[in-house]
Amino acid sequence: MFERLELKAWEARLELIRMFSYGKAHHFGGSLSCVELLTCLYFYKMRYSALLRDDPDRDRFILSKGHSVPAQYVILSMLGVLPEGELRTIKQLGSRLQGHPDVNKTPGIEAPTGSLGQGLSFANGVALAARLDSRQFRIFVLLGDGELQEGQVWEAAMTSAHHRLTNVCVLVDSNRFQSQGSVGEIKGVQPLAGKWAAFGWEVLEVDGHDVAQICGALDRVDDRSGRPLAIIASTVKGKGVSFMENSFKYHNRALSEQEYRQAEQEILEQISSRKHGHAGH
Amino acid sequence: MPDIEETRERYGRTLARLAGQDRRVVALDCDLGRSTKSHDLSEVDPRRFIDLGIAEQDMISTAAGLASCGKIVFVNSFAVFLTGRAFDQIRQQISLPKANVKLCGSSAGITLGADGATHQAINDVTLMRCLPNMTVIVPADGNQTEKAVVAAYLHPGPVYLRLSRYHLANFLPEDCAFEVGRAAVLREGNRVALAATGPVTAHALEAADLLQAEGVSTGVYNFHTLKPFDINCAREIAGRYETVFSIEEHNIVGGLGSALAETLCELFEPAAKPLLQRIGIRDAYGESGTAEELVHKHRLDAEGITGTVLEVLEKRRQYRR
Repeated sequence: MFERLELKAWEARLELIRMFSYGKAHHFGGSLSCVELLTCLYFYKMRYSALLRDDPDRDRFILSKGHSVPAQYVILSMLGVLPEGELRTIKQLGSRLQGHPDVNKTPGIEAPTGSLGQGLSFANGVALAARLDSRQFRIFVLLGDGELQEGQVWEAAMTSAHHRLTNVCVLVDSNRFQSQGSVGEIKGVQPLAGKWAAFGWEVLEVDGHDVAQICGALDRVDDRSGRPLAIIASTVKGKGVSFMENSFKYHNRALSEQEYRQAEQEILEQISSRKHGHAGH
Repeated sequence: MPDIEETRERYGRTLARLAGQDRRVVALDCDLGRSTKSHDLSEVDPRRFIDLGIAEQDMISTAAGLASCGKIVFVNSFAVFLTGRAFDQIRQQISLPKANVKLCGSSAGITLGADGATHQAINDVTLMRCLPNMTVIVPADGNQTEKAVVAAYLHPGPVYLRLSRYHLANFLPEDCAFEVGRAAVLREGNRVALAATGPVTAHALEAADLLQAEGVSTGVYNFHTLKPFDINCAREIAGRYETVFSIEEHNIVGGLGSALAETLCELFEPAAKPLLQRIGIRDAYGESGTAEELVHKHRLDAEGITGTVLEVLEKRRQYRR
């Protein structure tokens, strides 16, 4: 099962690079770092599908780091929520696929985000509504580590803990870079686990590209006793494309055609080695 | 209903009544529930009154989440914190997605009194009026507040309700007509029009009596809705009066005076436009004092309005010579 998820994640990366193509600026780094997290959520953990898109009991995914929405578009396309051909229209005038999440334009988008720090509060609101209506669904929120510099995140972290909103689960895509440099250099957010714990959360730390670890942590969301769960996922910004990895330079910029071909080739090789690796066993 | 009533008081009672009728109604507050009166809802169902502590930004985004699940959410704080501190959350998560959230800005304007400039909202209407999809309502008295709260509840989308703690007698009838976006004609005249919004509308009516005694035929119009703005009423005023005064307990930049100016100058008819003079807070911050003292200082009481009108009429006479 984990091999299948891992392959799916790399296929999503390929779709992502092909959607971005070259010549136009996109948020490469932060989209590539959260691919495994999104894959495990949508294809392993969440009660969600194209048919359940408007079901009031569906699990919700809220992308607080809204600039990584291209990764979500790819997953929604793989789920059939978005038609496949639509991905290429991203950010074009009139497209349903806006540069940041738009609830009114794009099917499958649950919360308006982009201006950072607002997703967890929104998730708490959804959780409070679920409680009032006696619904059991879960709400998963993806935050960036740079985003944790926004004060509202910590207002919201207090709200979830105070109201014991244990159906809210935070995932931190800790790729250690933000727009203008490394998080540690610009304004450090460590110790991450200690901060969330101090705010009343149970904290798990995982390798954010290891699908078995991610799924294991996500399963812990269902045995909550009082404290909501925060999963700190250690990731690589630009994961999967050698020249983008661990750099802030591809946070939001355009690729040359040559760079694009190289990125596509590297990801294709990853997919190919996984397919052949499994065939041999 | 009591004769003397602050609009925030009728707001709280109306909110509680609506919550009793409709389980979708939820109120959020930031540690000011007994002042904003949103706490009244907790008597109906304590689960649907949620205090998020002193965290306005968190409250607004939480409201957006609740609204996304079909709740009708009334969020509450002092107008100054609600619209200023959480402006970006209102922009991104309420007005942009057209969330069904009612932003109830309490203790607005200088009539908050003693707390002083830091707590007196003088530009909240400006901030809310420039947001697409937002409806902006400023009730004038308790009776109109009840109508406005019900209208906001029925309106499927974001509404800003500006509420006050100005201690004033209800002056509109209990069964006053109220339609969002349609100004109320309180009194007709043919020389001077007073276009007022909020509780100071009461002083506009008193001023009209004083002006009438001076032989100045004065009409009074209540613009309870500042957005969408009543263009038809503005056109009617423009065709009928030679001088129009906007009267508001708000900065003259961006409030009723601005809305009226924008509307009047874009009208094709009448070709000859009336002169507009804005009465309000003249781009300054407030200060501590009683509501009555501050209203007097900013010439928003009957005496101040009457004085301004007579001065302007005299100036016009001089210019015509």
